[in-house]
Amino acid sequence: MNTLLKSEAVAAGLPARAAPRERRWPLIGLAALLAAACLLPFFISNYRTFQFTLVLVNAIALLGINILTGYNGQISLGHGAFYALGAYTTAILIDQLGVPYWLTVPIAGAVCLVAGFLFGLPALRLHGLYLALATLALGVATPQLLKYKGIEEYTGGVQGIVILKPEAPFGLPLNPDQRLYFFSLTIMVLLFALARNLLRGRVGRAIVAIRDHPIAADAMGINSAMYKSLTFGVSAMYTGIAGALAAIAVQFVAPDSFAIGLSFAFLFGSVIGGIYSISGALYGALFLQFVPHLSEGISKAAPQAIFGVFLILFMFVMPAGIAGFVRLVSARAALRRRAGAQPAKGG
Amino acid sequence: MEAFLQQVLTGLSTGGIYASVALAVVMIYKATHHVNFAQGEMAMFSTYIAWQLMAWGLPYWGAFFLTIAISFVGGVVIERTIIRPFERQDAVLAVVTVFIGILLVLNSLAGWIWEYTIKVFPSPFPAGAVFGGLVSGHQLGLLGVTLAMLLLVYVFFRYTPLGLAMRAAAENPESSRLVGIRVSRMLALGWGLAGAIGAVAGMMVAPIVFLEPNMMLSILIYGFAGALLGGIDNPWGAVTGGFAVGVLENLMGAYVVGTDLKLTVALAVIVGVLLIKPSGLFGRTVVKRV
Amino acid sequence: MSALLEAFDVHAYYGSTHVLHGVSFAIAPGGITALLGANGAGKTTTLRALCGMVDTRGDIRFDGRPIGRRGTEDIVRCGIAHVPEGRGTFSGLTVEENLRLGAYTRKDKARVAEDLERVFGYFPRLYERRRQQAGTLSGGEQQMLAIARALMMRPRLLLLDEPSFGLAPLVVDVIFGILRTINREQQVAMLLVEQNAARALDIADHAYLLETGRVVMSGTAGAIRSDESIRRSYLGY
Repeated sequence: MNTLLKSEAVAAGLPARAAPRERRWPLIGLAALLAAACLLPFFISNYRTFQFTLVLVNAIALLGINILTGYNGQISLGHGAFYALGAYTTAILIDQLGVPYWLTVPIAGAVCLVAGFLFGLPALRLHGLYLALATLALGVATPQLLKYKGIEEYTGGVQGIVILKPEAPFGLPLNPDQRLYFFSLTIMVLLFALARNLLRGRVGRAIVAIRDHPIAADAMGINSAMYKSLTFGVSAMYTGIAGALAAIAVQFVAPDSFAIGLSFAFLFGSVIGGIYSISGALYGALFLQFVPHLSEGISKAAPQAIFGVFLILFMFVMPAGIAGFVRLVSARAALRRRAGAQPAKGG
Repeated sequence: MEAFLQQVLTGLSTGGIYASVALAVVMIYKATHHVNFAQGEMAMFSTYIAWQLMAWGLPYWGAFFLTIAISFVGGVVIERTIIRPFERQDAVLAVVTVFIGILLVLNSLAGWIWEYTIKVFPSPFPAGAVFGGLVSGHQLGLLGVTLAMLLLVYVFFRYTPLGLAMRAAAENPESSRLVGIRVSRMLALGWGLAGAIGAVAGMMVAPIVFLEPNMMLSILIYGFAGALLGGIDNPWGAVTGGFAVGVLENLMGAYVVGTDLKLTVALAVIVGVLLIKPSGLFGRTVVKRV
Repeated sequence: MSALLEAFDVHAYYGSTHVLHGVSFAIAPGGITALLGANGAGKTTTLRALCGMVDTRGDIRFDGRPIGRRGTEDIVRCGIAHVPEGRGTFSGLTVEENLRLGAYTRKDKARVAEDLERVFGYFPRLYERRRQQAGTLSGGEQQMLAIARALMMRPRLLLLDEPSFGLAPLVVDVIFGILRTINREQQVAMLLVEQNAARALDIADHAYLLETGRVVMSGTAGAIRSDESIRRSYLGY
């Protein structure tokens, strides 16, 4: 059973081979984007820097979802649980063990990698709707798990844990918001580059094959079980690292921040941004951060309503999300350029 | 011993809630082979409609039956407008996304129209305790209504031609067309019936947990657990599963994990059933000869 | 004698692939017509086109009335029953439920009960297994079930897509014998798609030969069977 809209997925997952001169454009664009990102904090207020830090964090979380659901076809409605795991790991390490903040992030990542892998093992037996159901239950149960009195001395129970802002490394002339922004940016760039390498190569092809033709993939010798569990683990790691960074940025973790709405928001961000691509994670993150803020003015219920309406709308109109749309537009533009550069075919 | 019995009875009464939600879930599953994640919100929204009708002066039973009719139509409309375009696809992600979308829209719509303050919803059953104080009149009434609905659903699917046609349409749409079944109509009908059953479940639940937009999501999870445990294609199984989950949740909460982790019990049930016996205790494993 | 089913210049498409190129044929009431050809010739597509299951252009008339534009559910209600490739049984339902579904659109309850008995008469094995889940039946039994279900529709025309596929020769004998009986006793016309040309020509009156979506030959079954050159070049025996 295909879990994704085949034609969209195929179109999005296999970029056409462009001529050498054309391959330069995306790289130039990327470099420009990176440069802009580095300059941004110096031109905007601290609060805006904080917001953009959250955008970067969301992008990492959404990339986790994209890897698992977009590329590998496993639907998770409970990734808020891994986000929470990463956040709490960081909070506990900083608050109770005095670990420096930058070290907690890879530790949180490792913890989530293992947790995701362990969850992925039994999840192997669940497909499509049933996996969605099981992960939904996980997502709904997360706040309750976090409030559990048995582990209260570590988790702070209902009140949660408060974290102090990190100290300046190397005495750089940056304020705390900016420091955090660049720290998150660095991690985001590393993780995105890692994802790009994995997904464009043999690993990416394998997990896409598992998504589209599971039986054929097995027949070709791909160890589906191992790949699927590992993909779950890696996906959890990404989302967990995002949770860790968010905890550091927001300086606070509490059970009710990790309710099911978070997992739904992740689904929303991925679908809107483009679940079959890496860049989609960034578009989705921008949406997630700014749309609720803009719409909260209308009414308390508005952001959620917009989420819901857009989810349905996008499934009708743009299943590959904004990234898919961008890809379509740039492919058409490239075709026109190529047609213009060649002499017209003789009649 | 008496404390244990008390726990079991309390479990059975909450189980009744889960059983009626499980029934609606099974209804849609049998008709469409989809698991309707938006079921809880549909039930919640129907309950708000009933509340509004009563606020406008309608007596309880008038509002009750009118709401059922409205919910039936609502279910059909949702199927026709939103679900229909995805009928012919296998894309699970699209279906799940759309369900979640409906869930979010209904939830926020309810919050916007009726606000998030808790409202009291009346019960048609006598308030006093029955059987020496072990169950309340409403809990008994809830039980009765759930069992009545169960009987209707069972008879419908097992013994009526329409019920048979609906099962066929869900299982094999192409072959169904070849015998003249209008498959789209069957799907719309299934959604309409699920909307109606959900409305009843919501109106039975609201007096206990109070009416507010978020009242159904965790109940839905328990309902899913019950439906899965009993067999997602089996109405009897779903109801039994719902009761079982209620009792299990209560006993585990009282003796094992503490009341805080009760949702985790549901999670464990869901995962456990899906891993060990996905067709549930009473569901039928469909044998397909390759 | 006016034909029961007539097809004029039928074209069919799977997406943008043009599969049938102007196929024309006619089926007499009560007759058995064979549609022969190699794999991929378009035989299954022809049957699906008749039932509105693929994108079709052209003129198709059943009993003189056009059916080309209508949906499958409506076409079958006119009196055409289709036993599809792969049988299409409802594996999760019992044998008896499968049969009752065949009678879904009928209003004559008493005759339905009669027909059910008659069908069990043709296929006693189905009666033995009537409460079993259809998915547990063997290949031959499922084929019988598929045909029986089609018969429950009291069709005037029965479309059969490769009824011999994957079945042992003895079982095929039984099934083809029953088809001949049904045709005689109930005057049900049949359009039989078969790769096994010999078997099909044994019970057919008329035959059409398809090659890459076009009718390349037509004639009485007897003529085609006795023409050595046709047999060797097109039918492989």
